[in-house]
Formats: sequence, C-alpha cells, structure tokens
Amino acid sequence: MKNRSLALQIGLTVLPILLSLVITTLLILAVGSDPRAVFQNVWEGAFRDSRAFAGVVNFWIPLTLCSLGLIITFTAGLWNIGVEGQMAMGAVFASWAALSFRLPAPVLVPVEIVLAMIGGALWALLAGVLKTRLGVHEIFGGVALNALANVVSIYLISGPWQPPEGGSVRATPPFPTDALLPPLSDEFKVSLLALVIVGVVFLAVVLALRGTRWGLELKATGKNARSALLLGVPTERSALSAFIACGMLAGIAGSYRVLFTYGNLRPLVSGGIGFLGLLVVLLVANRALWAPVVAFVFAAILGGSARLKVAMQLDASLAGVLQGFLVLMALLTNGLRARLTPPAQADSRDETPHRSGETFQPITPPSQEIKAHE
Amino acid sequence: MNNELLNTLNSIVSNATPLVIASIGETLTERAGVTNLSLDGSIILSAMVGFVAALASGSALVGIIAAMIVGALVALIIAFAGITLRQDQVAVGFVLTLLAADLAQFLGQSYTRIPGPQILSSPLPVFSQLPVIGPVFFDQSIFAYLSYILIFGSWYWLFRTRPGLAHRAIGERPETAFARGTRVNVLRYVYTAVGGSLVGMAGAAYSLSVKAGWATPPNMAGDGWIALAIVIFGGWHPFRVALGAYLFAGLRVLATVIQRSPDVNIPVVLLNGVPWLLMIVTLLLVSSGSIERLMHVLPRPVQKWSRNFLRSDPPAALGTRFEPD
Repeated sequence: MKNRSLALQIGLTVLPILLSLVITTLLILAVGSDPRAVFQNVWEGAFRDSRAFAGVVNFWIPLTLCSLGLIITFTAGLWNIGVEGQMAMGAVFASWAALSFRLPAPVLVPVEIVLAMIGGALWALLAGVLKTRLGVHEIFGGVALNALANVVSIYLISGPWQPPEGGSVRATPPFPTDALLPPLSDEFKVSLLALVIVGVVFLAVVLALRGTRWGLELKATGKNARSALLLGVPTERSALSAFIACGMLAGIAGSYRVLFTYGNLRPLVSGGIGFLGLLVVLLVANRALWAPVVAFVFAAILGGSARLKVAMQLDASLAGVLQGFLVLMALLTNGLRARLTPPAQADSRDETPHRSGETFQPITPPSQEIKAHE
Repeated sequence: MNNELLNTLNSIVSNATPLVIASIGETLTERAGVTNLSLDGSIILSAMVGFVAALASGSALVGIIAAMIVGALVALIIAFAGITLRQDQVAVGFVLTLLAADLAQFLGQSYTRIPGPQILSSPLPVFSQLPVIGPVFFDQSIFAYLSYILIFGSWYWLFRTRPGLAHRAIGERPETAFARGTRVNVLRYVYTAVGGSLVGMAGAAYSLSVKAGWATPPNMAGDGWIALAIVIFGGWHPFRVALGAYLFAGLRVLATVIQRSPDVNIPVVLLNGVPWLLMIVTLLLVSSGSIERLMHVLPRPVQKWSRNFLRSDPPAALGTRFEPD
C-alpha cells in the first residue's frame, strides 16, 4: 500500500513534465520543424559554453528576485500581477541615477540600486493602496500599472532621455562605465554583486517568512484576512508591507536589466520576467526553498530559446509555450493528486500559493476593513 | 449633423464591437459563478486561429467558427481545472493568459503581416436609412449586428426566462439552486464554454474585421484585460456592460482625435496610457468604498440615484466551488 502511494506520488510529479514535453514536441512538429534539433539547440543555447551559461544566469538573477518577492505577496494572499511594472519602474529609477549623477562607481552603484528599490516599492504601493483603500482588485490595478510603467519608460526614452543624435524609441544612450555593475570576467559575464544580493535576499525571505512576527502576520492575512483582523493583526498594513517588499525586490531585478544586461534603458525592459516569476511561484506552490531551482530551469529554457531564431528561424515564444504548459499541467496534476490520494495526505500539501477555495471577487469590499481602522 | 461626427461615432461603434462581444461572454461565464481570467490570451489565440482558418479555407465563416471553438476550449480547461479538479480558477486562468498568447505567437509565426480575408461593413437595408442611428449603428460589419443581438439576447435570457433564472442562481446561491434540482456543475461547464466561445468570436472580430490580419506583437494585446474590467464596471448586467464598452471605445477614439488636432501638443506615447488610466478610474468609481465616500459629498436628492447607478456587486458565488454531496 505504501509502495503504491509512493509510486503514485512520483508518477504525479513526473507526469506534468512528460506531458508538457510531449505537447511541445507535437507543436514543433505542427509548425514543420524537427523537435530533436529544437531541443538540442535550446540545450546548447543554455549550456554550450561559459558565455551561453552566463546568459542563463543573467535571466536567473532577476527571475529569482521576482519569484522571492512574489512569494511574499502570495503569502499575504495577494496576486501581485503588477510585478512587471515594478521591475520597469526600478529600471527607470536606476536609469535616472545612471544618466544624471556623476559619482565614482562604489558610490553610484549602491545609489542606483537603492533608487531602484524605491521606484519598485512606490509602484507596488500604488497597487496596494488601490487595493486596500480604494477597492480596486490588485490584478486589475497591477495590469493597468504595468502598462502605465511601460508608457512612462517609452516616453522617457523617446523624449527627455533620448540620445543626442536624435529621437529614437529604441533606447537611451549607453550608461557610463562607472554606472554599470562590473562583470566577473570577460568569459563569464555575470555580476558578482548581484549574485551576493540574490543570496542575501533568499536567506532573508526564507527566515522572515519562517521565524518573524511579520511573516506570521503575512500568513494570517493570507489565510483568512477577516479572522486575522479580529485577532488583532493589522491586515491592511500587512498587505501593504508585502507589496512594498515585493516591489523593492522587483526594483532590484529591474535595475539589473539596465545596469548589467543592457547597459541602457529600453522599452519593455522587464521582458516578461515578472510574469515568469508568477509562473515559477505557482509551480513551486509558494515554497521559497524551491524557487531558485525552478527559476534556474525556467531561465535555462528562456536563455536557450534565444538561439532558436538565429539557428532555426523559429519564434522564441516556444520558451513561453513550454513553461506555460509545465505550470498548467502541474496545476492539473495537483488536482488529480488531491482526488487520488486519501484526504489526510492530500491536505498536508499546500496546493496553490493562496487561500484554497478563496472567493475571487474582482471588487473586494474594503468597507469593513477600513471601518475597523478608523 | 455633420459627416465627420457621424464617421467618428461609427468608428466608435465598430471599435467597441469586439469589446462588447468579449465582455458579454465573460458576463455570462461569471454570472454562472466561474471566473475566466484568460481573456487576454484567449482573444489573441482565437484571433490568430480565426485568421489562419479563414485564410486557409477562404471562408470567413469557417474562421469565426474556428475562433469560437478555440475560445470555448480554453474556457473548458478552466472549468475542468476549477470544477472537476478543484484548482484555483484565477491561477489556471492567469497561466492560460500567458500560455495562449505565446501559443498564438509560436503557431502563427509564418502568418504575420500577410494579407488575408477581411469582413467589410455591410449596411443593413431599411435600418441604415434611419437618420443618425442608421449611419452610426447599421453601417457596420456582421460582428456589430451580432453584438446587438447578444446584448439584448443575453439580457432577455438572464432576466426574462426560467433557464436564465437558474443561470443566475448557480452564480449567486448554488446550494439553493441545487436543492431545487438544478445541476449546478453541469450548467457551470455549459455557460463557461458558451462565454468562452463568445470570447473567441471577439478574437475573430479583431483579426477578421476591426484590426484585420495577424501580427506579433498582436494588435489587440491588452484588450482582454479591458474587457474583464468592463464586466466589473458593468455590474454584470448586459446593458451596463455594453454601455461600458461603448464609453471606453468612445474615450479612446476621442483621445486620438484630440491628439490629431493641431493646437494640442501631447506626445503620442503618453496617449497609449489613456485606456489604462481609464481602467483604474472606472474600477475606482464602482468600488463600494468610493461609492460610500461619494455619498458624503453629493447632495441628498441624487444620492440614491447615483448609488444605484454605480453599484456593482459581483455574483455572490463567483469563483467558489460547489460540491454536491
């Protein structure tokens, strides 16, 4: 009996991976391409040499930062779809410092990163206030703020920050070297400082969620906001602090894109990494320990697929297709698992990173919460 | 009335048409208690499939039907995951939003920016001769005429028929509906698929008529989110939802008209932010908190009227599961 359930558990873990690979293979055949060559190209695109691998790590750094931030907001029961815009705002604030301050690198870089954190946090706070005070659900507020962040960055690129040789909507002029994060080596172009930041953030998030009062309050708010409020948890403050924390991390992620990956500000600078972070967190079911691992797999798929366009004239959106099917199949097998295993066992897992059976009400009536505070 | 104004009004109606179709579809789904959050991706995928199917078959009708099937299939995945597998509808819907958009880009990569079939406007005889209303509403494509039927048809269905009553009941009080012999989960599947097929039709309305063709990034990206917001603004009532879609399209067209006039100097890029600002403002207006605040400011005689007008309560059982044990 025990063996059978163990086999079932393993089967249900492998099933989504297999299914998504099979579906992706069929889709590649459907567009008349060779699946083996595609997978080989993706693998080589990610792991061929240290240069390719550095590309993967450069996706992994912002993706992990976003995922860790989103774990905080999901813990508080919030769907922070606005993470893309928070990244973009972080990038904009960092770019402002990079373009206007003339300081030595050891001073300028920290200033840029702190500004990026402020930018991301402000944009997140906006979504948070819209949610808690004004009753606009964070999904809709987030989507709108994402689009507005892009409008702001495109406006800056094509207007005030355009290169001296004339207006373009492509990018700002390249930042001075002092404003950029230095790479580890020419062979392996990755920022050591960013790796250290990711490590520190990872530990901080894991410890904060496990062992602090703040983490406990976030969990209480996420599980049942009304009961938490009755038990004396300041749920509104708790939700806003989760938004701010996630915004700061997304801001750092955004600054990495401009201060290292590109070296200037471009439109759509977040490049879908924030949304990908949401997928990562859904896949790891909000377990912070697994986030860097899954983020690495996703970064490898993303980095590897960049090669498809050049090598095979295939659209790189294949990465999104594979990642999307992985998460969809994982969610579906989660449901299957709950149906196949005895209730006691099924309940011990947190299936999705938020309140199960939560009512999705596009408008949360905030009146009770507000009254309780006033 | 001068011609220019009539033309502007006509283009507002044609621009609003896909939004009307999609948001009426989502209204039907959410009235049954299911949230289909995948609209943005669904519309993009069905637009691509509709365009390619119409191109390959040479028949626009085939394109429309293919798009509706795609929309229904995506919606059915959400119903299956949410109802049968007890997963979170929002999570599955969000994953499908991204997945469907990427799928459209990947599968449609060899069909970008090529000429294809386009459904042009065909004036309705008799109706198009009416003053003002004729040139504005009845010199449109078939999609617009379908959308009018949908607006009135869905209102009649929901509020004037017995099965429509059951439809609303499974979104408001599923236990009561079940006790009266309604098969809650079967009907939820049905209405999710019906709503999804309309979302698919909206996709075809883009790729075969309003923004004909297929391109990456897709022309209609973002409109699915706007349609979702319009459902909330419309308070889940077909007439108000339609009004919301026309208002939205109207303000969007107005913004471009203002931009085009010579004395105004607003960068074009900032104009792209207008729909999103509108989205936040409209959701703000109908949220219960701001209505309460508004009541303190407004003079007493208009209080009741404006409260009734702005009130927007979601179906009570929206997004919840129902287990018939």
